[in-house]
Amino acid sequence: MDSVGVVIAFYVLSAITIVSAASIFLLRNLVHAIVLLVVVFLGMAGLFLTLSADFIAVAQILIYAGAISVLFVFAVMLTPLASRDNGNSLYAGPGLLLGGAIAAIVVVTAFDVEWNQLTGVALEQRSFTDTIEVIGNQLLGPHVLAFEVASVLLLFALLGAIVLVTDPNNEDGTTAEEEAGKDTAVGGSE
Amino acid sequence: MIPIENFLILSSLLFAMGLYGVLARRSAILILMSIELMLAAVSINFIAFATYLDGEAFSGLVFALFVITVAAAEVGLALGIVLRLFRERRTAYVDAADSLKW
Repeated sequence: MDSVGVVIAFYVLSAITIVSAASIFLLRNLVHAIVLLVVVFLGMAGLFLTLSADFIAVAQILIYAGAISVLFVFAVMLTPLASRDNGNSLYAGPGLLLGGAIAAIVVVTAFDVEWNQLTGVALEQRSFTDTIEVIGNQLLGPHVLAFEVASVLLLFALLGAIVLVTDPNNEDGTTAEEEAGKDTAVGGSE
Repeated sequence: MIPIENFLILSSLLFAMGLYGVLARRSAILILMSIELMLAAVSINFIAFATYLDGEAFSGLVFALFVITVAAAEVGLALGIVLRLFRERRTAYVDAADSLKW
């Protein structure tokens, strides 16, 4: 993929992704941060397309930008009294220091390693091919055990989420506020 | 022709931002968003190496699929924990969950 369009697309998508990701930590409103997270995921899907990973790009849009962001919006809606202030931070200095250190290490390593020597062939991106067939063969061939384990993982995540959000003291589905209201009402009538 | 270093730099920047969010922020929902950012940054690396280095096998693409699966499972569970924390403590700040702190 030597075309100029792909190179331009890479730099534009990278800029969008980096700026949106940085803005997540600068915005004050958590809902705006979630919208920017969706932008980051869409930019990443575009980057996957420049890497000729079409199926992963579509899965990224469906799962990350679609489902996971909706989950985050639900979490913000279901914690109404919690502050939506995004600017609150503890230990910002050490966090910045460690993040910068890790980024520096990775960048130095990326420039230090001679990637061309790791493979016998010259290092270059392959042209756009259909990856779905390859992924299907890999999933049900060499990686079939991991595939099955992933399905069990999803099942237990489903069960775990149900168990976590079910209140054992409160099986009839009323919320804590209604429960408290009932108690005070009973106390008042007595 | 985009050199592979560009993808590595991009993903390391995203990973560092996610790490900063996990370490420094108090809001549990923002910490989860940062974790998602870190996982997605790692999958950029996987796909870049699959495309540049990995012959015909495309193992990195399969790894990226599993990363997406684990991220979905993790965010479902962790948001359940956030809701539980909110129900117990009326806040979504992680430093409110300090019962195990000595």
